[in-house]
Amino acid sequence: MTARIGVVTFPGSLDDRDTRRAIRLAGAEPVALWHKDKDLKQVDAVVLPGGFSYGDYLRAGAISRFSPVMETVIEQARSGLPVLGICNGFQVLTEAHLLPGGMLGNDHLHFVCRDQKLRVENAETAWTGDYRRGQEINIPLKNMDGRYVADQYTLDRLEAEGLVAFRYLVDGAAADGYGNPNGSLNDIAGITNEAGNVVGLMPHPEHAVEPLIGSGRTDGLPFFTSILKKLVNA
Amino acid sequence: MSRTPLDTVEHAAATPDVELPWAELGLKKDEYERVVEILGRRPTGAELAMYSVMWSEHCSYKSSKVHLRQFGEKAPRSDALLVGIGENAGVVDVGQGYAVTFKVESHNHPSYVEPYQGAATGVGGIVRDIIAMGARPVAVVDPLRFGAADHPDTKRVLPGVVAGIGGYGNCLGLPNIGGEVVFDACYQGNPLVNAGAIGVMRHEDIHLAKASGAGNKVILYGARTGGDGIGGASILASETFDDAKPSKRPAVQVGDPFQEKLLIECTLEAFKEKLVVGIQDLGAAGLSCATSELASNGSGGMRVTLDDVPLRDSTLSPEEILMSESQERMCAVVEPEKVDRFLEICDKWDVIATVIGEVTDGDRLEIFWHGGKIVDVDPRTVAHEGPTYERPYARPSWQDGLQADDANKLPRPATGEELRDQVLKLVSSPNQASKKWITSQYDHFVQGNTVLAQPEDSGMIRIDEETGLGVAIATDGNGRYAKLDPYTGAQLALAEAYRNVATTGARPLAISDCLNFGSPEDPAVMWQFAEAVRGLADGCLQLGTPVTGGNVSLYNQTGEAAIHPTPVVAVLGVIDDVARRTPVAFQEEGQLLYLLGDTREEFGGSAWSQVVHDHLGGLPPKVDLERERLLAEILISASRDGMIDSAHDLSDGGLVQAVVESALLGRKGARLVVPDGLDAFTFLFSESAGRAVVAVPRSEEVRFNDMCGARGLPATRIGVVDGDSVEVQGAFALPLTELSEAHEATIPALLA
Repeated sequence: MTARIGVVTFPGSLDDRDTRRAIRLAGAEPVALWHKDKDLKQVDAVVLPGGFSYGDYLRAGAISRFSPVMETVIEQARSGLPVLGICNGFQVLTEAHLLPGGMLGNDHLHFVCRDQKLRVENAETAWTGDYRRGQEINIPLKNMDGRYVADQYTLDRLEAEGLVAFRYLVDGAAADGYGNPNGSLNDIAGITNEAGNVVGLMPHPEHAVEPLIGSGRTDGLPFFTSILKKLVNA
Repeated sequence: MSRTPLDTVEHAAATPDVELPWAELGLKKDEYERVVEILGRRPTGAELAMYSVMWSEHCSYKSSKVHLRQFGEKAPRSDALLVGIGENAGVVDVGQGYAVTFKVESHNHPSYVEPYQGAATGVGGIVRDIIAMGARPVAVVDPLRFGAADHPDTKRVLPGVVAGIGGYGNCLGLPNIGGEVVFDACYQGNPLVNAGAIGVMRHEDIHLAKASGAGNKVILYGARTGGDGIGGASILASETFDDAKPSKRPAVQVGDPFQEKLLIECTLEAFKEKLVVGIQDLGAAGLSCATSELASNGSGGMRVTLDDVPLRDSTLSPEEILMSESQERMCAVVEPEKVDRFLEICDKWDVIATVIGEVTDGDRLEIFWHGGKIVDVDPRTVAHEGPTYERPYARPSWQDGLQADDANKLPRPATGEELRDQVLKLVSSPNQASKKWITSQYDHFVQGNTVLAQPEDSGMIRIDEETGLGVAIATDGNGRYAKLDPYTGAQLALAEAYRNVATTGARPLAISDCLNFGSPEDPAVMWQFAEAVRGLADGCLQLGTPVTGGNVSLYNQTGEAAIHPTPVVAVLGVIDDVARRTPVAFQEEGQLLYLLGDTREEFGGSAWSQVVHDHLGGLPPKVDLERERLLAEILISASRDGMIDSAHDLSDGGLVQAVVESALLGRKGARLVVPDGLDAFTFLFSESAGRAVVAVPRSEEVRFNDMCGARGLPATRIGVVDGDSVEVQGAFALPLTELSEAHEATIPALLA
C-alpha cells in the first residue's frame, strides 16, 4: 500500500507541481488540494508548497492562513495530521500559529537563490526519519523573506526541547553553499512542533530529488520517503 | 467634468475643421493626412489615438520592415517551423508531439526611466506573448546591457533592473536559465533590457491571434484598465484630449506578477477545455492593438462597447482606455455557448472577466462609448497598413578609420609574468567576471525541470519526464564586433548562440532576435541596421535556422551618440535526452583537453583589447558558418555518444577565459601546453570564432580523434585537467583560489 499526500495550491503557489512530482518519485500518491476547498480528500499528510501565495501581499503567508483549506489543515494538524511547510508554506504555518516565530525580509534585502548546506538537527519528526541526526545535506534555497525570527523565550525553548529541525551550516565557503543566507536567528533553517508532525523549513527539498535536475543532488528525497515510511508502517 | 460633445464618427464627419493633436501623439503630418484619406474624413479622437499608437515605430516597424522582409525571403527550408513571423511568437516542432514557442523582446526605454518596473513589465509582456500562443511558459532569459560598470548611474539602473526581473519572474514561478550581462559606456544613457521566454505545448494546442465567427464574444480578462502606460508605445499626451482631467500619468506601466500568475493558470485551463477561438495579449498599445489585430487577422469585423471595460479609474476617457498599457490583461474570442464556462474558470482564479464585444459579419472595427460610435475603421489599416519608410542609409564616414585602427597592432604581453597579469585582469574585468551576484537573485530551480542554467553555455529545460526530451536556449550579441562590422557582427552573434546551444549537446533549430539600434533617422545607424539584418538573414539561411520572430528597438540614442549596434540573437535547440547534456565544468582529473577549430591572430573588438588597452578598432573575427555547422555536429555527436564530459564555447576572452571558467566551476585545474604554430598570447586571448574546448576521457580519445579527423575538424590536444591551478607550461601558473577571488569579487564590489 501507499500513502496519499495532499499538496495545497493557493493562488500564487509556484512549487505545487514540483512537490507533487517529489511525492510521486518517493513512491507515494500526490493529491492536489485547492485553497477554496475545505475538503482534504482524506489524505494522510499535507504539504504546503513554496511560492508567493496571494502575491505575499500584506505579509508572506498572512492571507493564505485564512483560506478555507487552512481551517481544516489547522484543525487536523492539532490532532496529529503530518504537515510540511516549505518556504512560503513555512511562512503560512507560522502565520497559522502551528509553528512559533515568523519570517522577515532577508538581511541583505535581495532575493537569494543558491545551493545551501544544512545540518539535520532532529531526525525524529514525521518528515525527517530517513535522515540521521547531525547529517549534512545540500538543498536549494530561494526566497525573499527567509529570515527566521522569534523572541528569546521561544528561541530558548526551541533549542532546549530539540525543536530546531534544520540549521544552516555557516563554517565554510559561500561558493560551497555554506553561510547563513538571510540572517535567521540561531542559523535556524527549519523547525518542528513538539509532536513532530508539523515541520517547516525555508530550503526546498522538492528541488533536490533527481540527480540531473536543479542542484543535481537527491538530498531532499528523504523528506518524502520519511513520511511515506511512517504512514505505511503506522 | 462634462465632455461635450462626444467626438463620435458622426460628429467628426460634421466638423471637418476641428484641429486634432496628431503631432503631440507622435504622428507626422503626412501620416495624419493618410489617416484622413483612409477614413474619408477627419478621425475621431479615439480613432486618432488608435492610429497614433499602432503606427508608432514600436508597433508598426515602419522604419525596419523593408529590411526585415529578408527574414521571410531568405528563410531556410525547415520542417521545424510551425508558426512563423507575425504572430505573438513563433512556434517550433521539437518532436514527440511537442511544440515550443519562444521570443525575445526589448524593454529598454522604460527600464532606464524606472528600472524596477520597466524590467518587471518586460518579463510580464514576453510571458503573455508565450501564453497567447497556447503554451505553458517554462523559462525566461534576460540579455542585459548597461553603461560602464563603475559609473554611478549603473548602480542606480542595474540593481533595479535585476530586482525587477527577479521580483516578477520569481513570483511567476519561471526559472531564469540564461542571458547575458554586458557593460559598455555606449549604453550609459540607453541600457538594453531584453527579455526572452520559452513555452511548451502539444501541437494541437497552438492558438492564434484572430477573431473569427460572427457572433463570437470578445472577452477582456485580467487586471482592470488604469491610466498607467498611456502612450507608452508612442508618447504621452493625454491632457490634450480633455483639459479638465488629472494630466500626465506615468508612461511606464506598473506590474503585478501575482495577477499575471493567475492569468497564466486561468488561460491554460481555458485552453485545456478548448474554450478559446482566438487570443491576444494586451501589451504595447493595449486595447487598440488587441482589438485591431484580432479583427484584422480574422475573417469578420468586431464591435466593442468600451463602457464595459472594467476600470481602475472611472474618470478615464475613451481615448485613454484605448491607449492604456495597464499590465496583466488579455483578450479572448469565445463561442457564445462557451462564454459561461470561460467566465467560471476566470472566477475560479479570481480573475475579472468581461464580455466587451463580439465578432461581426462585416469588415469594420466599431467601438462605442456612451451610446455613440467613436471608432469605425477597417482594422487592417490600423494593424497592418501603417506607413512604411525607406529610410536613407549610408556607410558612415568613420567606418574605414575605425577598421584601419588595427587591434592586432596593439602592444602584446612579452613575458610569462605579463601574460599572467593580463589573464587576471581579464577574468576580473566586469564583462568577464562572474555574474553570480546577479543570477543568484533569480530562481532557476522552480518547476523542477532545469537541467542547465547560467553560467552554462545554454539554459536547458526538460520537457518530458518519461523520455528526457529537452530544449536549450542561448542568447548572444556583441556590440563591439557589430560596431566594427555590423554584417559580420550579426553573424557572429548568431554563430555564438548557435555554438552555445550545440556545446551543451542540443541541436539548434530556430532563432528569435532582438535588434537594438540607435535612431533610424540617422543614415549611419540605418546602415548598421540594414547590414545587421542582411548578415543575420544570410547567416540563418546558411545555417538552416529560420527566424521565428523577434523585436526591433530603435532610438537607443542619447543626443548624437547612438549605442553600438547590438543585434541579440536567441537560438533554440532540442536534445533527445537531457541525460546526455554536456556541462561547462571540468568533471574529472586526467581528462584530456582538446581545442576544436582554428586559432588565428584575431583581436579586433576582443575583450583583451578592451580590458588591457581600452581599444575598439580593426575587424571582428572572421565568420565561417560551414565550420560552425561542422563544429556543432561534432559537439552534438560527442555528447550523444559519451565522448566528452565537459565543453565550453570560446568567445569573448578567448581560450583562457573558457578554461578558467570550466576550472572554477569544476574546482579542478588545468595544465596547458601552447600548441605548435601558435604563440602563448594568441593561444590564450584570440577570439577566433568556430571554436570550443572539450574534455575527453582517456578511454574515448582515439574514438574522438577519429571522428574529428574523418569529418575534417581540426582538434588539437592542448593539455589535461589536473591540479589546483591553471598553468600554461613555460609561462605561468595561477592558483584556482587566486582566480576565484579575482573572478568572483568584481561585481559585488561594484554593485552590492
